[in-house]
Amino acid sequence: MIAQILFVVISGIATYFFAKNLGKIRRNILLGKDIDLSDNAALRWKTMLKVAFGQTKMAARPVPFVLHFIVYAGFILINIEVLEILIDGIFGTHRALSFLGGIYNVAIGFFEVLAFGVLVACIFFLSRRYILKLARFQSPELKGFANQDAATILFVEIILMAALLKMNAADQLLQARGAEHYTQAGSFPISSWLVVPIFEALQFSDGMLVFIERAAWWFHIIGIFIFMNYLPFSKHFHVILAFPNTYYSNLKAKGELNNMASVTQEVKLMLDPSAPTPEGYQAPTSFGVKDVTDLTWKNLMDAYSCTECGRCTSNCPQNQTGKLLSPRKIMMDTRDRLEEVGKNIDANGGTFVADNKNLHNYISEEELWACNTCNACVEACPININPMEIIVEMRRYKVMEESAAPASINSMFSNMENNQAPWQFSPMDRANWTQDLNA
Amino acid sequence: MSEFRVRTMADMMAAGEQADILFWVGCAGSFDERAQKITKAVAKILHAAGIKFAILGTEEACTGDPAKRAGNEFLFQMLAMQNIATMQAYEVKKIVTACPHCFNTLKNEYPELGGNFEVLHHTTLINQLLSSGKISIKGGAFKGQRITYHDSCYLGRANDIYEAPREIIEKLDAALVEMKRSKANGLCCGAGGAQMFKEAENGKKEVNIERADDMLEAAPNVVAAACPFCMTMLRDGVKHHNKEQDIEVKDIAELVANAMDL
Repeated sequence: MIAQILFVVISGIATYFFAKNLGKIRRNILLGKDIDLSDNAALRWKTMLKVAFGQTKMAARPVPFVLHFIVYAGFILINIEVLEILIDGIFGTHRALSFLGGIYNVAIGFFEVLAFGVLVACIFFLSRRYILKLARFQSPELKGFANQDAATILFVEIILMAALLKMNAADQLLQARGAEHYTQAGSFPISSWLVVPIFEALQFSDGMLVFIERAAWWFHIIGIFIFMNYLPFSKHFHVILAFPNTYYSNLKAKGELNNMASVTQEVKLMLDPSAPTPEGYQAPTSFGVKDVTDLTWKNLMDAYSCTECGRCTSNCPQNQTGKLLSPRKIMMDTRDRLEEVGKNIDANGGTFVADNKNLHNYISEEELWACNTCNACVEACPININPMEIIVEMRRYKVMEESAAPASINSMFSNMENNQAPWQFSPMDRANWTQDLNA
Repeated sequence: MSEFRVRTMADMMAAGEQADILFWVGCAGSFDERAQKITKAVAKILHAAGIKFAILGTEEACTGDPAKRAGNEFLFQMLAMQNIATMQAYEVKKIVTACPHCFNTLKNEYPELGGNFEVLHHTTLINQLLSSGKISIKGGAFKGQRITYHDSCYLGRANDIYEAPREIIEKLDAALVEMKRSKANGLCCGAGGAQMFKEAENGKKEVNIERADDMLEAAPNVVAAACPFCMTMLRDGVKHHNKEQDIEVKDIAELVANAMDL
């Protein structure tokens, strides 16, 4: 009974803090500018099913695709077992769903296979990152917390899966020995050969096995609660946001940059001062993105969805040729700055107090001006994040608010203004090529 | 082929005629010496197909693409509105252009400013003309040649046009060889996003040299491009490796015009 009360209290606390932090992330995302992405629901569902559930974009790199798919399937399916753990925890039952009989046994057996798969996949992931040292995991932006975050996630997944297998091993031995409370249920295709022989060799008593089973059970479920509460602070939050983020994917041609409606009215007035002004029109106060709150909520959701896999960066032509620009860093910087703004709001009773900083303190001009707008990063992202849009919006701020473009870009602008071409040619010579078609 | 004169929309209007299609030449196609050859090839193909086309001539202004990518939305919209007004005055319905940047901007970014036109890239139009028999490629100028196609970002990833240029190459009876990075995974030439008009940031390498490495690896006789900016970048890349004797960089339109003996 005490165990049941303790379980309910722990679940309650874990759920409370998780919900609270989800609420904060939601609040932070909604600090972004509004953008209407409510159109075309059918296509949006389809995109989400394909890209997030089906993981179609992961397939571009087959090895991590297979490894990740195992961990993903494990995450989704083994969580069905967590449902049983919750029931057992609250009602003090043992394997409450075992009345399902044959299906239950197959499911538990399958979960064991998956758990083992997850464990092995995570070991592969760790070795890719820390032994093989794959290039995309060595970027400067991963130094410090990001690297530690990645290791934590993989390590926790390994010990959680190990706990599950240990629990099952103790359970099946107790079942075989006819111990009280341990009714015959489940099938254990992995733990029966991986863990049971160890326990047998150590000649564990029933009491010891019950202790191991209970300890592993508590460790597994508390571990899950802790992990759940770690998510909002981690890149691993993608397990949740990948779904809404792909739902709200850009459905237009990737080449299309958004039209700045605020500029359109100004330009109309410039070309024709007598142009009618729409009712309630207010001249815009600023252009482009200075800080995260100038980005759209979708840009901000992108930042929280990013799991820092680095496919964007390793496909970026500028990054591949040794330039400072890294699309992954753009997303990480956006999230870091947004977190900073969120904390500022929390610390100041719900309003943001100017801190003399903005997104440009995180992302330098050298990075912004290197971008080819080639969409390689957008194409590469397995969950349709768009780092390029943030870069262009920040360029807009640099150019239209600060007139701070590189000198060569400024001369391109003046050529375009004066000669209607980016080079210094006379517009009158534009059709000269027609004079001799065979030259 | 018979001599012909490229007419402007103004010429046609003065003669009381209406062009079926506007050939949008673009700044590179108008002023860059190498790109002018692409422009001429397109004009000859259009003429050979019996299409009544015209250019805007001195009335054409930059679409504004590099300004928009560089963050100068004011300049972009001023040029765009000017162009839209010009085209609307000539009642333009359909546009073909040999520049993927112009193509993308005209097709995707002009509608919000009131400019609604049917916009085709020249590779799409040429492929249609070949398929419908309006033009034909007289046997085998490129037969057996190894041709690799460099995907322009603004055709490929930006607008999902991957097949039209490749289908044309196959119609040339050439062996289409792919570089290790192609189609959606294609590597940029290094020019887009207004990079064409500025120095690169500090790094280990220029992007076009990285791309030239891919080209050399594919060992083609011809690298086919479909963008005047890619053309400049790829040629510089080939020159960097002193391979201009072995590898020719040609626009798809030039290959077709050549095969048609135009």
